[in-house]
Amino acid sequence: MWGDMAATLSLVIVSLAGLALVVFDAFNNRHVATPWIAGLALLAGFIFEIVGLGGPEGTAYSDMLRTGGSAAFVNALVLGSGVLTVILSVPYLKKIGHNIGEVYALILFATVGMLVLGAANNLIAVFVGLETMSICLYILTGFVRSESGSAESALKYFLLGAFSTGFFLYGIALLYGATGTMDFSAMKAGVEDGGGVMFWGGVSLLLVGFLFKVSAAPFHMWTPDAYQGAPTPIAGFMATASKTAAFGALIIILYKALPTERWTDVLAVFAVITMVVGNIIALSQQNVKRMLAYSSIAHAGYVLVGLSSGLVEGYSGALFYLMVYVIMNIGAFGVVALLEWDGKEGSEQTLDSLAGVGYRKPLLGWAMVVFMFSLSGFPPLAGFLGKWAVFAPAVDAGLVWLAIIGVLASAVSAYYYLRVLVVMFMKTETEASSKLADSFTIPRSSAAVIVLCVILLFVFGLTTSVIELTDGFFQSGSVATVLGP
Amino acid sequence: MTVSILFFVLAAAALTAALGMLLSRNPVTSALWLILNLFCVAGLYLTLNAEFIAVIQVLVYAGAIMVLFLFVIMLLNLASLPDLKRIEWKRIISFMLGMGLLAMLTFIIAHALDVMPDPLSLDLAAETGSASSLAKVLFTQYAMIFEVIGILLLAATIGAVVIAKRKPV
Repeated sequence: MWGDMAATLSLVIVSLAGLALVVFDAFNNRHVATPWIAGLALLAGFIFEIVGLGGPEGTAYSDMLRTGGSAAFVNALVLGSGVLTVILSVPYLKKIGHNIGEVYALILFATVGMLVLGAANNLIAVFVGLETMSICLYILTGFVRSESGSAESALKYFLLGAFSTGFFLYGIALLYGATGTMDFSAMKAGVEDGGGVMFWGGVSLLLVGFLFKVSAAPFHMWTPDAYQGAPTPIAGFMATASKTAAFGALIIILYKALPTERWTDVLAVFAVITMVVGNIIALSQQNVKRMLAYSSIAHAGYVLVGLSSGLVEGYSGALFYLMVYVIMNIGAFGVVALLEWDGKEGSEQTLDSLAGVGYRKPLLGWAMVVFMFSLSGFPPLAGFLGKWAVFAPAVDAGLVWLAIIGVLASAVSAYYYLRVLVVMFMKTETEASSKLADSFTIPRSSAAVIVLCVILLFVFGLTTSVIELTDGFFQSGSVATVLGP
Repeated sequence: MTVSILFFVLAAAALTAALGMLLSRNPVTSALWLILNLFCVAGLYLTLNAEFIAVIQVLVYAGAIMVLFLFVIMLLNLASLPDLKRIEWKRIISFMLGMGLLAMLTFIIAHALDVMPDPLSLDLAAETGSASSLAKVLFTQYAMIFEVIGILLLAATIGAVVIAKRKPV
């Protein structure tokens, strides 16, 4: 047990810090140290995972969790996203008057769920991690109770999420019935003659649950409402960390637990629908947060392109894409959080109200330029390399049509990403937007996060060392299992 | 032999109680019928060697959830509820026949597709159904999962308090 806890030190640190924070907050309400405890615990976990990134792979807690390898990578993304979210949340929550300690405890608990989900080696761990994460996110979406938009989005998210959990659990039950195990590797070995109706029924229900959590179309309906009503840094956390963890688990299930032959076409179809729906609907959005929500749907489609290749390069490309996606979206949501003025968590604010803000707040303006260009996939930013990493394996797998649709969809996406920049730099200022620009100074902590994201996007756009790293997760002696039955 | 006699006696009692709950015209009587039904089902679990589920059935359903039901019934103003219509036996019988047919068809189709699992024997259930065998895996193999579920429940409790109680600040 002690050895397991040492191997999953990040999980232990974050859980204990969350529990400690609940007690601490009960006696020191709204103490200034609360976000520090949360942030430092997440940072400690992040450093632990980064140090163990190249280390050997293993399992912990009687094969429930994986350690090292891709699990360490996904965990590092989740924890890094958590650190940046806590830093961005402090000034934001003070601004909307809801800087309560429970938020930070819930962010830590959500991270615990994501760590279990992203590193799961067993369907039980997947389910418990997914639920811990989701319940915390439902609460975080709706804790600003005085705001009707927030309550509405939380209720929608909760009801649809509970429904998708039902699909997920039923899928797990069928898979257990068909194979007699919940362990990923044993499950692949337990599939008899290509699996029967029960096995593939279980797989399809499980996929429905996953596609809901990563907000792939046609299970994306909750995403725009939830992101629009949630406090903006929390929406960034939902968009990045929860999707990363869910994709991390999905990748490992596809890689370790399922025979490859059947699901690749299914995922290809979902990838097309998701890319088209996300990008087309994003074109007509007036609200920035809604636009970012549809953009995150579209990005889930790009990741699915990589996965539907069924090749190890696709999996490693998807992991790299997730890292780039986390950096871009944490930054973009961070900028949007600072530019809110409607007092309703940006749920009613239109894009046009930001006219000319780019010149008044050059840091935010130029950072937004980098994020939007990276989201639409311009070289030399990391978004370009990420798209290449997911589209190239699809071409290798013979899915050229899918890659073409993906490239066309990202060409469409350039329209709505660049429109943000047109509004911020080329439209003349209105009275409202100049008042907005004068109404606040950028907190130094938020500025640091945004600058860090910008730098990382340039760095990862110019080096392929991370792709080589993620490639390594799927190479070591496991090629045979991929090509096998 | 006694076990199978007990099984059918309890099954008949459970069915009677379920019908009693549906047909009773008074909400409190309905709830009491439901308690009897839940106890009979707990007894059925016992005859199937699933001791742990039997105890949980009594504790959770017959205990906690039924108390909740009774509280809700007592808090409601029963007099203001709409009058219940008389029971239409013709519709009930046709419904039961239809459901019976559906169940048989489902069974045959499932049988033909070969998705029916083999029933577990009572001996196997006796090995795994007790509380100690459950606890053994729960606190060794699934210990970490068990702890994370603790965190999940704590988070849900905190969330309920935050959303329901906390005054906007």
